[in-house]
Amino acid sequence: MNDPIWLMLIKGVLVFIVLVLLVLFTIWYERRVVAVMQVRPGPNRNGPFGLLQSLADGLKLAFKEDTMPRTADRVVFIAAPVIAVACAFTAFSVVPFGPEVSVFGLETELQLTDFEVSVLVILACSALGVYGIVLAGWSSGSAYSLLGALRAAAQVISYEIALGLAVLAVFFQSKLMSTGAIVEAQAEGLPLSIGGAEITLPGWYFIVLAPSFVIFVIAMVGETNRAPFDLPEAESELVAGFATEYSSLKYASFFLAEYVNMVTMSALAVTLFLGGWAAPFPDAWWPGANEGFMPLVWFFGKVLAFLFFYVWLRGTLPRLRYDQFMNLGWKVLVPVSLVWLMVLAAMNIGLDTGNELPTRIAFAGGAAIVVMALIFFWPSRKPYENPAEPDTGLGGFPVPPLDLAVPPNPRSLKQLEPANTSTVPINGSRQSTEGEEE
Amino acid sequence: MIELAQSASAGESVFFWILAPIALGGAIGLVLARSAIHAALSLAVTMMCLAVFYIMQSAPFLGFVQIMVYTGAIMMLFLFVLMLFGRDSRDSMFETLRGQRLLAVVLGIGMAALLSSGLARAVSGLVIAEPAASAGQGNVERIAEALFSTYLFPFEIVSGVLTVAAVGALMFAHVAKKGPHRGQKEHSRERFAPGNYPGPKPGPGVFATSDSTATPALRPDGSIEPASLSEYVPPRQLTPAEAAPKHTEGRES
Repeated sequence: MNDPIWLMLIKGVLVFIVLVLLVLFTIWYERRVVAVMQVRPGPNRNGPFGLLQSLADGLKLAFKEDTMPRTADRVVFIAAPVIAVACAFTAFSVVPFGPEVSVFGLETELQLTDFEVSVLVILACSALGVYGIVLAGWSSGSAYSLLGALRAAAQVISYEIALGLAVLAVFFQSKLMSTGAIVEAQAEGLPLSIGGAEITLPGWYFIVLAPSFVIFVIAMVGETNRAPFDLPEAESELVAGFATEYSSLKYASFFLAEYVNMVTMSALAVTLFLGGWAAPFPDAWWPGANEGFMPLVWFFGKVLAFLFFYVWLRGTLPRLRYDQFMNLGWKVLVPVSLVWLMVLAAMNIGLDTGNELPTRIAFAGGAAIVVMALIFFWPSRKPYENPAEPDTGLGGFPVPPLDLAVPPNPRSLKQLEPANTSTVPINGSRQSTEGEEE
Repeated sequence: MIELAQSASAGESVFFWILAPIALGGAIGLVLARSAIHAALSLAVTMMCLAVFYIMQSAPFLGFVQIMVYTGAIMMLFLFVLMLFGRDSRDSMFETLRGQRLLAVVLGIGMAALLSSGLARAVSGLVIAEPAASAGQGNVERIAEALFSTYLFPFEIVSGVLTVAAVGALMFAHVAKKGPHRGQKEHSRERFAPGNYPGPKPGPGVFATSDSTATPALRPDGSIEPASLSEYVPPRQLTPAEAAPKHTEGRES
């Protein structure tokens, strides 16, 4: 990456614009998709198909009154949304959009920057982005906000471990930590010889590293605080969670950060597991598909598919209970990732030891046996046994008494009483009423 | 030291002179901040600056791990605990031991002098190592090799110690469950046992003329529900005139 400074500036501005446009689009997209799922039209007034709805909403939010609670910690209160937005935007700088293209006579890659450990930038930014949420909740000086912030801190730390372990599997497989290089590594197929038959699997890691892919997708929803894991801003429990006391542009910037994070995590998933900007079909079908600016179509197509997945989850799944959510993170995702990493390491060593067939069989077979043993001997829930005799409980199945008469509605009773209706005429003067009382 | 400083490139020194004051400011803020959260945030700023220094010294892996582990996880846990103390808890400035502050300043300066002189002696004869990337091996490979060959034993010892500490903390925090697990069936039976009202307790004012705390709830038969009477607020029924809809349409004439 040896671009001149002007080209880097152009790329930086372009990344910013792409992200903002994607956010505006995603909000509209989410509302329309959820609307289709709920059999209603969704926003369709502003602009063609309602596309300008999110722009209108954003402008409206920006011009609202900006309030700050009297108990707020002023500096931190203002800094929190800035931290959230800055971290969200920074993370996108290492995502590769496409291969080398020639712009203004220069050969350059469609990526703002790339270096040896660029995947870690995204992880570091998402780790820092939590500060925005946590500090917002703390500095507001309100109980709802604080509860939201505590939930956010616990949630993101636990799901970051699962996310990191899933990414670690990609590092294991590719022996690379740079986003661009990982995309290129996935272009090669994976030759396998099973029982003498030579087959070439596609090199995209979601096939080879299927368990990691599943864990990554679950953890990335938890990491971005999206439904069904949107506990920090659970509106039915915590008003708006960490953002309860925020208004105007500050409130809008939290939403901006959330949607940018969604886009970034989708882009990271595409980069690590779905072949990045590579076309979703073999090269032989269309030789020019992976050259020039064409990969942008594949890349954004895959990202949009992931965003659809996010919206689909939101449209179908109810929010998890907090303890179930933590159980899922710590007792399922993290142990499964750890075991899978060990199995993967064993298999890779087995495959790397050369062509000594016994060693390979021993390693791969040993790994398979470990997995099978885990599946079979995993302590499962006690199976349900039918009761030997019917449960009589306390005089049969516990139900409320069935001979209850529905009580008359007290409001209708009140209206039937002539004294109530005559003394307080709604439009009559109050003086006469007061006079009667005295 | 001086050769080391002079060998830095222009971009590096620009970044150094921007970041060094910020890092120092964070360190000073950590000591001087009254509120624990502000202190923790200053520490996070210093750690971030250190991470950027690592990246500038062509150790990007170390830098990002510093951000992820120290700033992202450890400082977040600190914040997590500090937030639970409440926002208004600040350090007491009352001096319990006489002359403690003066002594602390003197000892602190002495400690700083010791550390800096030791550090200066340690790095005085250093030669700049060849950057890892140009030596044919990447940053990560070098660290992995050092960690898993030369320093394998200390590494394992440290991880063992940390695991012991974590398990010990869990043991202290663990609370055994009281009694056997009660399932849905047990709860349901208890709820419908004779003498227990199975429904939720009525909130004050549910069947009453007003939803004020002072207004007792009425049962469907019109009698007062004793569970809804407040211990502290004298019960008070509204008169029909008070309970009637208030005048809301424009000014009264």
